[in-house]
Amino acid sequence: MELTEFIIKTITILVVFVLTLVIAMYSTWGERKVAGFIQDRMGPNRAGPGGLLQPLADAGKMFFKEDFIPALASKWLFIAGPSLAMLTALLASAVIPFGSTIRYDGVEVVLQGVESNIGILYVFGVVALGVYGIMIGGWASNNKFSLLGAIRAASQNISYEVAMGLSLIAILMMSSSLSLGEIVSQQHGGNWNIFYQPLGFIIFLTCSFAECNRVPFDLPECETELVGGYHTEYGSMKLGFYLFAEYINMFVSSAIISTLYFGGYNYPGMDWVYNQLTASLGSTTGHNIATLIGTGVFFGKALFFIFFYMWVRWTLPRFRYDQLMNLGWKKLIPLAIINIIITGASVLFLKPFITSLLN
Amino acid sequence: MTLMERAYLPAIATGMAITLKHFFKKKVTIEYPEVKRYLGPVFRGRHILKRDAEGRERCTACGLCAVACPAEAISMIAAEREKGEETLYREEKYAAVYEVNMLRCIFCGLCEEACPKQAVYLRHDEFIPVFNDRNQVIWGKDLLVEDMNNRYTREAWTKEEARLLDMKRANGEATNVVPRAIP
Repeated sequence: MELTEFIIKTITILVVFVLTLVIAMYSTWGERKVAGFIQDRMGPNRAGPGGLLQPLADAGKMFFKEDFIPALASKWLFIAGPSLAMLTALLASAVIPFGSTIRYDGVEVVLQGVESNIGILYVFGVVALGVYGIMIGGWASNNKFSLLGAIRAASQNISYEVAMGLSLIAILMMSSSLSLGEIVSQQHGGNWNIFYQPLGFIIFLTCSFAECNRVPFDLPECETELVGGYHTEYGSMKLGFYLFAEYINMFVSSAIISTLYFGGYNYPGMDWVYNQLTASLGSTTGHNIATLIGTGVFFGKALFFIFFYMWVRWTLPRFRYDQLMNLGWKKLIPLAIINIIITGASVLFLKPFITSLLN
Repeated sequence: MTLMERAYLPAIATGMAITLKHFFKKKVTIEYPEVKRYLGPVFRGRHILKRDAEGRERCTACGLCAVACPAEAISMIAAEREKGEETLYREEKYAAVYEVNMLRCIFCGLCEEACPKQAVYLRHDEFIPVFNDRNQVIWGKDLLVEDMNNRYTREAWTKEEARLLDMKRANGEATNVVPRAIP
């Protein structure tokens, strides 16, 4: 690898990393604001204008609390738990395409950490690893309640991963590619997957709620049944990492949803905008500005889904554990399989028929 | 359950529509230190030792307020008025020291009721400010006696009067009511 390429990749990855962290940080603020607004309150508004410094204050508080490890806990695993949760949450954002390319000095820079031809598979692999963070943390606490919470989280995540993967197969049958960049560029010009896969989208969305351990599937945390959940014994920044990992996961899954179903950085009429900008500002500046608009659109979509997560959280009551399992295994998985069959039949019979009609 | 109910998604959509409606609603919060709520004409806030129309202290240090006080928050030392102090004190006896312990006071208003000279009142418009030092707890005459440049008046004295005043204000009559004469 050449040095310039190496430096460019390093910078892109750093930017992606920092952006993910900042968005996750401000999601905590957004969550509290949204909660407040939905409940006719103001939300945090004392720290800084509109409460914007609240995440910093929370982080400061977390860092200065006593870093406590229970006497009978497995010390290294107790530390490894939150670290793994953070690590796996952050890894997934590397393959998300945030925009097309930026031209600088004759070099085309792709706004994506790593362009991988198995991008979506990588995301699934990393998300599946996220269970380890929770499981190890819950087990290392040497507390039965923590362990129960962790087991709940693990079984929930594994159950919903199945339906999630199956709903994704329908998308892959249409795109015939695992690369996220490829899937996005196929949705160019308002040709979004949501119009072809509404059922798949609903299944994927439901499963991503369960994967992020968000309401209505937030059973790993339960004060009435489990004291706290898998992080009962955690305090200080280790607890902070667990909570923070949840918000990072939320951003990553919002980004994945907008990439897979809502065309990523594509928006209707982007060709017209691109032509106008390149005509008036030249092929370099115009191209860069068009890319930045696309990136803005992408972040708009992702932020909308983050808002959607919060909106659902403050609307729906949670499921009971047996209802959760019933929904996952008896409803979502059969639905996803039906979706695959319908998609397969459409790709095989309907698509040639419609294309022959159009030609 | 019907199929619509079992599908669960329409119910979710209605629920989310309701929460979204609340999202854009006007918030009920009163942002306290910046915005203060009117607590009514009979709210019992901080104490004040009234002066009469000529600026003489009304208190004669009879001690009835201290006797009436259920929390024993009030203490005073009486003194006799000297020659030449007629402009300062209304009667021959006055309170040289008058202290209210604000940690003991329960703001019941019994001192107000007990006072035969209409000297002590609990203001309806001011609180005791938050104190963080023990020296700030006991309020002496320097804090309690009324400032003649900034006199304390109460426009309505009972809930009925306040309601009447509100009605008059709402109708555009009588923006300012002359306070009840003190005997």
